[in-house]
Amino acid sequence: MSNNIRIINDATCTFCGCVCDDMHLTVDLDTNKITKAENACVLGRAWFKEHGIDKDRPFALIEGRDASTEEAIEASAQILANARFPLIYGLSDTTCEAQRQAVAIADMIGANLDTTTSVCHGPSGMAFEGVGESTATLGEIRNRADLLVFWGGNPAESHPRLFTRYTVTAKGMYIPQGKKDRTVVLVDVRRSPSAAVADIFVQVKPQRDFEVLWALRALVKGRRVDPAIEQVTGVSLATLEDLAQRMKNCRFGALLFGMGLTMTRGRHFNSGALLALATDLNEFTHFVAKPVRGHGNVTGADNVVSWQTGFPFGVNLGRGYPRFNPGEFTSADLLGRGEADAALIIAADPAANFPQSAIEHLKRIPVIVLDPKTTHTSKLARVAFTTATYGISAPGTVYRMDDVAISLRVALPSPYPSDENVLTRIKERVRELLGGNRVPAMSAA
Amino acid sequence: MPETMTLIGGRSSRQGTSLCAGKLEAEYIEVSSTVEMNAEDMARLGLKDGDAVRLRSASGEVDVRCKGRTTKDLPSGLLFIAYGPLSSRLMASDTAGSGMPISKHIAVTVEPVSGQSQEGRTS
Repeated sequence: MSNNIRIINDATCTFCGCVCDDMHLTVDLDTNKITKAENACVLGRAWFKEHGIDKDRPFALIEGRDASTEEAIEASAQILANARFPLIYGLSDTTCEAQRQAVAIADMIGANLDTTTSVCHGPSGMAFEGVGESTATLGEIRNRADLLVFWGGNPAESHPRLFTRYTVTAKGMYIPQGKKDRTVVLVDVRRSPSAAVADIFVQVKPQRDFEVLWALRALVKGRRVDPAIEQVTGVSLATLEDLAQRMKNCRFGALLFGMGLTMTRGRHFNSGALLALATDLNEFTHFVAKPVRGHGNVTGADNVVSWQTGFPFGVNLGRGYPRFNPGEFTSADLLGRGEADAALIIAADPAANFPQSAIEHLKRIPVIVLDPKTTHTSKLARVAFTTATYGISAPGTVYRMDDVAISLRVALPSPYPSDENVLTRIKERVRELLGGNRVPAMSAA
Repeated sequence: MPETMTLIGGRSSRQGTSLCAGKLEAEYIEVSSTVEMNAEDMARLGLKDGDAVRLRSASGEVDVRCKGRTTKDLPSGLLFIAYGPLSSRLMASDTAGSGMPISKHIAVTVEPVSGQSQEGRTS
């Protein structure tokens, strides 16, 4: 390491939804790399280490050939201005400021707008609309929760500092001894590494989360549950009764749930059952529920798209006003049916994690990608921008998984433009090409 | 004789750290091409750690390496794989009107791949 270093205090890690804002970074200005990330977890250390500035990357590629950012903006604007059913997708790994520009483009061209939430906690978003959310910040949970129930997730590997900074071992105002003052329960279909911190591990048969949650709701309300529940769910009635009593008798309980509920049979019904259980428990004590969010600003995407369109994801603006319909306007479905005729993908990689039929359609249509790295999607894109990594090289705002807004601090200035910059310039050029919004304003009559 | 099992996709530490280096890099490809399987199931199928197996769902098939886990950690009949391009090949596109493909409970047949491993092959 050279002596030409710079220390950045209180930087923010945007790898996961914990968005830890207590990073102390050591930056080697000669190599343009972050050589140390104090307070970071294993994922955060990799995030900072692997996002140095690689000045050898092209600013953009158009049909595989090197291009300038300006040329790529022109090509992108032409694609979007000429598309009849454009899809704008991704947005969970970029700033709120960039998300805002993406929504503005969607509004201008009458696009279908969707975020990675649709294949993450989208079903939980649908459940919020149905049954509401008894919620709290992570700070409240850290300071008050004496019962933690992790359901369908493996934070030890996906969100390591959720345990150490906010929940399991964290000491709080009313939890002075940390782990000693809390009871930790893990509910999952397999004994993941997170089980190591759990006082109680409840192993559920696959696809039986809803039944367990509904049985707990019944027990909390004092209803009788048939002991045959064990044959159905793999969980004995005695275990469920014990858990229900612990939930009713705690001072402050928190259900923190992962995609083990949303990505399996039942989807939004599972999330809805868990949210309803938390609400039920407020007859007896204080109980909250929070989805554990994956990407660094997926919560920001929900917020920005909601405040701009009224809906969190799966929004179609083709008629000049927003319509929300998961299954119809969500990307996996829409692409799987071969419907979009162009796609603008921001900070996401659907070509790696969508069903095959959706990927095949992406190969057939002009795709524009903004990403700091080469991805499966950028490799099939007609236009691929290299952009600055948010939180390391691009400033802005992100939302932690508990909807707390956090400002980002730049550690490594980048020669590449931010997503916000590229999207703003695309928006301006599309506006010039279209002469305003493509979708006519609704008549006042 | 292929056996039908349940595949669960999820995150792992190594998947997360290798993701930062890039999905097209060797470590990420290796991590997302390894399926964890109940050790007793593996023994019954004549498999040992590192052997190649073919997973086939209604939507596609992939060849991956297998790695044994105890029954306490992974019950018989369950498989775990880190999310990645290969696990996505096995997902169906139907979301039942939710937007969310099922990726944590995919019925797959499992069979040993005889001869040379074709890790990462898809169809």
